[in-house]
Amino acid sequence: MHALRRLSPLPWLGPAIALIGVAVLWPVVVMVQSSFQRIGGEGFVVGYNGTDNYRHLFDEPDFVSVLLRTMAWVVAIVTVTVLISMGLAQLFNQRFPGRRVTRWALIIPWAASVMMTALIFKWALDPNVGVINVILHHLGVVKQLGSDQADWLGKPSSALLWMMAVAVFVSLPFTTYAILSGLQGVPQDVYEAAAIDGATSWKAYLRVTLPLLRPAILVATLINVINVFNSFPIIWEMTRGGPGYQTATSTIYMVDLKQGDVGESASMSAINFLLVIVIVVVYLGTTRWKEQVDR
Amino acid sequence: MSATVQAAPPLSSTSPRSSAPRPRLPVRRWLVAGAAYIVAIVFLLPYLEMIVMAGRPNHELGEATIFPKHFTFSNFTTLWSAGGLGGSIGTSLEIAASATVVVLLVALPAAYYTARHRFRGRTAFLLLVLATQMFQPAAMLVGLQREFTDFGLAPTLSLIIINAGFNMAFAVWILNAFFSSIPAELEEAAMVDGLGKVGALLRITLPLAAPGIVTALIFTFISAWNEFLVALTLSLGEQTSQQPLTVAINSYIGQYSVDWGHLFAGGLVATVPVIILFAFIERRVVSGLTAGAVK
Repeated sequence: MHALRRLSPLPWLGPAIALIGVAVLWPVVVMVQSSFQRIGGEGFVVGYNGTDNYRHLFDEPDFVSVLLRTMAWVVAIVTVTVLISMGLAQLFNQRFPGRRVTRWALIIPWAASVMMTALIFKWALDPNVGVINVILHHLGVVKQLGSDQADWLGKPSSALLWMMAVAVFVSLPFTTYAILSGLQGVPQDVYEAAAIDGATSWKAYLRVTLPLLRPAILVATLINVINVFNSFPIIWEMTRGGPGYQTATSTIYMVDLKQGDVGESASMSAINFLLVIVIVVVYLGTTRWKEQVDR
Repeated sequence: MSATVQAAPPLSSTSPRSSAPRPRLPVRRWLVAGAAYIVAIVFLLPYLEMIVMAGRPNHELGEATIFPKHFTFSNFTTLWSAGGLGGSIGTSLEIAASATVVVLLVALPAAYYTARHRFRGRTAFLLLVLATQMFQPAAMLVGLQREFTDFGLAPTLSLIIINAGFNMAFAVWILNAFFSSIPAELEEAAMVDGLGKVGALLRITLPLAAPGIVTALIFTFISAWNEFLVALTLSLGEQTSQQPLTVAINSYIGQYSVDWGHLFAGGLVATVPVIILFAFIERRVVSGLTAGAVK
């Protein structure tokens, strides 16, 4: 009888657990398993080969630079995104005519597929006819259309900067909305108290608003870190990680390795997964998640 | 005595007025509005460029002009015949709609039960759900590909399951929050009135949770509709019409030239509906993504 009662949640939760098992958990098992297997070109498993895949991966000349670039990619994009979003949230928290309409414009890069946004910018940066280059040419920044200077995506450094800008652009709406919802939770009388104490609006923001926004910013930051770390469409559409692997992050590198050696790609995948686990553990630690659920 | 009574009304009527926030200066209000309008335009511009490009005649594609001299609708009218995008739209609809149905069928009972009952394993279950939200398919791509090709499932069916699995967490959070906010007494009262347990659920609880259900529904649909990496991995070798729209649009990118007109016409078809859908759930979507950790 007691054992039966313990099973009573199962009909309600069972389908969800089964779906998670098939779509999320089992792929992890297969991925880790594959990372220790030698897999032929057609996907046939030749057999286990111990840690060969990992050793091959670590010996790749591009491996270390790809990992370092991934870290820089994540830190730069998330930092810039959060800073801009803090300003945007402050702006869109004000009352002004047409606020609803402007907020709708703000969500567009969030709703649209990142792949499409990346393609728009790939086109706009076309060295010969792309609209950004045409405008920059009119402004005198780009001296000659079709020149090496106009080929932003052909050079690793300028390509990375443009792709980071696109990544920031598509991350801004969610981050701004997350901080906005935090702002709306700040009670109005807190500001009045600060004003009575003679705080200027900037001081009030630093001393009153920012500490109260901390949880919202923390969660938005960590969700962004995971999104940006896993980000694929922007680099894939705009440079394919090239020239060489000079603009590739670890996700792009993993997808590219898959064409040559599935086993080695699986070991890259496993390392990515491990890095995400570290991020998630930090997330759970900082948000005191369990207290929220047990409320 | 009479003096205090007389003095009281003016005091109580002036004090709330003085503590109420002073009306903002109109100049400041318009400055804020102006800044917000500029931000909104910046967010809109890349997507307006899609319209400009989709309407640009083919013979003007090589011209370095911001706007085309003529405007054509032929890229839209030939979209269905030229590259089989019609079939892809059907495939994307099938995947997104089916994934949405699966998510609702699986998340509704789980969210309801965890909102109404405290039981052993509840925290473990919610933690598992949170984990699926933190891990994106990119982190276990090789595992997903090998598992689902081993199953021998058609790409469409695989994509339905995978999209459902990775978007279920959002639905569970948002529905859990809605069910928790509906008092259990309401259901009990309905049961006393002779509705029965199922009747109370269907007639009382579900209608009250409708905004949450709609939000979960639209969010899942958009995520599945926009998903790119898994779609690309699983449907690469398929016919264009069997590929989801995000993948099929890339068939306009050739080795030496890109059919930008058709690409952006297809892009508009892929983007405009989801932007409109997203506007409906704009205000609720943050709470589902931040998993109730913002407090």
